[in-house]
Amino acid sequence: MSKQFQFKLVLLGESAVGKSSLVLRFVKDQFDDYRESTIGAAFLTQTVTLEDQTTVKFEIWDTAGQERYKSLAPMYYRNANCAVVVYDITQSTSLEKAKSWIRELQRQADPNIVIALCGNKLDLAARRQVSEEEAKKYAEEEGLMWGETSAKTGEGVSDIFTSIAKKLPLTAPPSARGGARAGPARTGVDLNKQAVAGQGQGEQCNC
Amino acid sequence: MDEEYDVVVLGTGLTECILSGLLSVEGKKVLHMDRNDYYGGDSASLNLTQLYRKFRPDQAVPQDLGRDRDYAVDLIPKFIIASGELTRILVHTDVTRYLEFKQIAGSFVYRDGKISKVPSTEMEAVKSPLMGLFEKRRAKKFFEFLQGWKDEDPATHQGIDLDKDTMATVYEKFGLEPGTQDFIGHAMALYLDDDYKKKPARPTYERIILYTSSMARYGKSPYIYPLYGLGELPQAFARLSAIYGGTYMLDKPIDEIVTDADGKFVGVRSGNETVKAKQVVGDPSYFGAGKSADGGKVRVIEEGKVVRAICFLKHPIPGTDDSDSAQIIIPQNQVGRRNDIYIACVSSTHNVCAKDVYVAIVSTIVETDKPEQELAPGLQLLGPIHDKFVSVSSIYTPTSSGESDNIFITRSYDATSHFETVVEDVQNVWKRMNGKDLVLKKRDVNVEA
Repeated sequence: MSKQFQFKLVLLGESAVGKSSLVLRFVKDQFDDYRESTIGAAFLTQTVTLEDQTTVKFEIWDTAGQERYKSLAPMYYRNANCAVVVYDITQSTSLEKAKSWIRELQRQADPNIVIALCGNKLDLAARRQVSEEEAKKYAEEEGLMWGETSAKTGEGVSDIFTSIAKKLPLTAPPSARGGARAGPARTGVDLNKQAVAGQGQGEQCNC
Repeated sequence: MDEEYDVVVLGTGLTECILSGLLSVEGKKVLHMDRNDYYGGDSASLNLTQLYRKFRPDQAVPQDLGRDRDYAVDLIPKFIIASGELTRILVHTDVTRYLEFKQIAGSFVYRDGKISKVPSTEMEAVKSPLMGLFEKRRAKKFFEFLQGWKDEDPATHQGIDLDKDTMATVYEKFGLEPGTQDFIGHAMALYLDDDYKKKPARPTYERIILYTSSMARYGKSPYIYPLYGLGELPQAFARLSAIYGGTYMLDKPIDEIVTDADGKFVGVRSGNETVKAKQVVGDPSYFGAGKSADGGKVRVIEEGKVVRAICFLKHPIPGTDDSDSAQIIIPQNQVGRRNDIYIACVSSTHNVCAKDVYVAIVSTIVETDKPEQELAPGLQLLGPIHDKFVSVSSIYTPTSSGESDNIFITRSYDATSHFETVVEDVQNVWKRMNGKDLVLKKRDVNVEA
C-alpha cells in the first residue's frame, strides 16, 4: 500500500524573482512572460510521487504580495513544513534578500523546517550576477538545500520540489502541528462541514 | 505610495480586516496600513515580548513562563459563537482554509457564591443545581415554548406577541424566578445588563435560539476558538484581501487624514508621503481617539470604558471540571452591579501559551472610578494568579456616518463575549461605504492562479 503525506510549503523571496512563476510551472507546467504580481492565486496543491510510490502532496502558500512591505503575517510561517526561498541569479541584491528571509524563517518557523534556496531565471544565465559557487557555499554553511531553476523553460523545477519531498521526514506522519489544515489530518472542528449539517442539528435541540 | 487607491484601510483589527478582505474580493483597490509592526490592532494576540512591550515596557520578559513564541495572548476576550454571523462570513469567504478551530470546553454561570454549567438542553436543565424541582418544570415549559415558536402559527404563541410583550412579561407568564431569569438573560441571551427585560421579547428570543443552536452544533459549549489565538482571524482576512490584490504596509506611522476645503477625504499622510484614495476606513485610534480635538474635527466620542485583566494561571479555573477553556458569566444582580463580569479562559490546548499555563481574561464595563476593584468578584474565582495585566480601554464610536466626507470609522471592541457586534459593525460600515447591504457571495473554492 502506498503512503500519502501532506505538507505545507511556503514561498519566500523578493518581489519579482519569480515565486509565482515557479509554482505555476510546478503545478500546471505553464509559464506566462507578462505575469502580473500575484492576484487571486495563493493556495495551490501539487503531488509528487517518489520511487517507492510514496506520494507527497504539497499545499503551497504564495505570499500574495504581502512580502513587499515586510508585512507577512505570522500565520504564513505557522506550521510550514518546508520553504522555498527564491532569488534571481541576475540580481545579486535578491540573494541578500533571500538570506534575510532565511534568518526570518530560522527565527519564526518550526525548527525542523526544510529550507531550499532556489536561484531562479536560469534561462538568463548570460546576465548572471550570482555565481553557483557563492550560493552553494552559503547554502552549505546554513544547512539548506540548493538548486537553480528556470520557471520559463522548466529546467530544475521538478527536481527541487522532488528533492524537498525526499528530504521531508516521511517516517513519521505529520504531527498535529504539521501543516495539513486543508487535509484529513485536521483535528479541530470543521466549520464548513457543520455549516451544512448545523441547521438540521439545531432543530433537534430539545431544550 | 504614489498610486491612487479606491480605499485606504487604517488599522488591522478584525473589523478592518474583514472589510478589507470583502472590499478586495469586490474588486476594489485597497491599501491597508497599520502603525504597529504586527497584525490585529486592538484585537491582536501578542507573544510575551509584545505583551511586555505594551504593558510593561521597562521590564524584561520573565523566564519562568516558557518560550516566547508559544504565546498568543488575546487583548480582547471574545469567542466565536458557533451559529453566528462571523462563522457564516468565515465559511462564505473560505478563509476557514487558513484557520483551525477548537471548541471552548464549557460555559458557566455564577450564582449564590459558586459556579455551575449553563444548562442548554432539557437533560442538562433537569440535572442542573441552578433550579429547584418546580422551577425546573417551569423552565422546561419556557424552553419548549421558545423552541416551538413559529411566527406563522398562532397556536405556538400561547397568547404572547414577541414584538409587543416585554421579556419581563414572558418571564412572568412562565413564573420564572429572578435567579433563573439571571442565567437565561445573562448566560444564554448574553445581555450585559437588565435593560432587555423592559423591551419587546423578540431579540431575547433570537439570542436564546442563537445560543441553543450554537450549543447543539458541537456539544460542549456554544463557542469555538481559533488555534493560535484570536489574532489569527484578522490575519486570515488580511490574507484574503492580499490574494485579491490588497496591498499591506505594517509599521507605518499615520500622521494626518488629509481633507479638502469642504472637509471631504483626500488622502492619508505618512511622513512626507501622501497616498490618495476615494474612501478611508479605520479604527477610532486613527481618527483622534483619546486625543484632545486641538482645533480639528471631533470624529469619535467615548461611549464608555471596559476594564480587562489578563491573568496567567498555572491551573484550570476551580469549579470548571478542570476544563482547558471556559466562559464564566457573573450576572450583575449576583454581585450588586449594573453590568455583568465575564471571564474567558483558554490554555495550551488552543496553542496560545506554554503547557500547563492558563490565560484567563476578566472584564466588565467600568462603573466607578476604581475599575480594577470592580473585577474582584471575577478575580476571586480564579484561584492563585501567577501574574496579571490590567488595562482600561475606552469604547469609541464615530460621530458621523462618513457618507458626507468619505471617512468611515469603525467602533471599538465592546464588552460582549462574542463577535456578533463586530459583524454588525462590518455590515453597517459596508452599507455606509457602498450604499447597499453586504451580500456574501460564496467564494470559488478552486480559485487557483
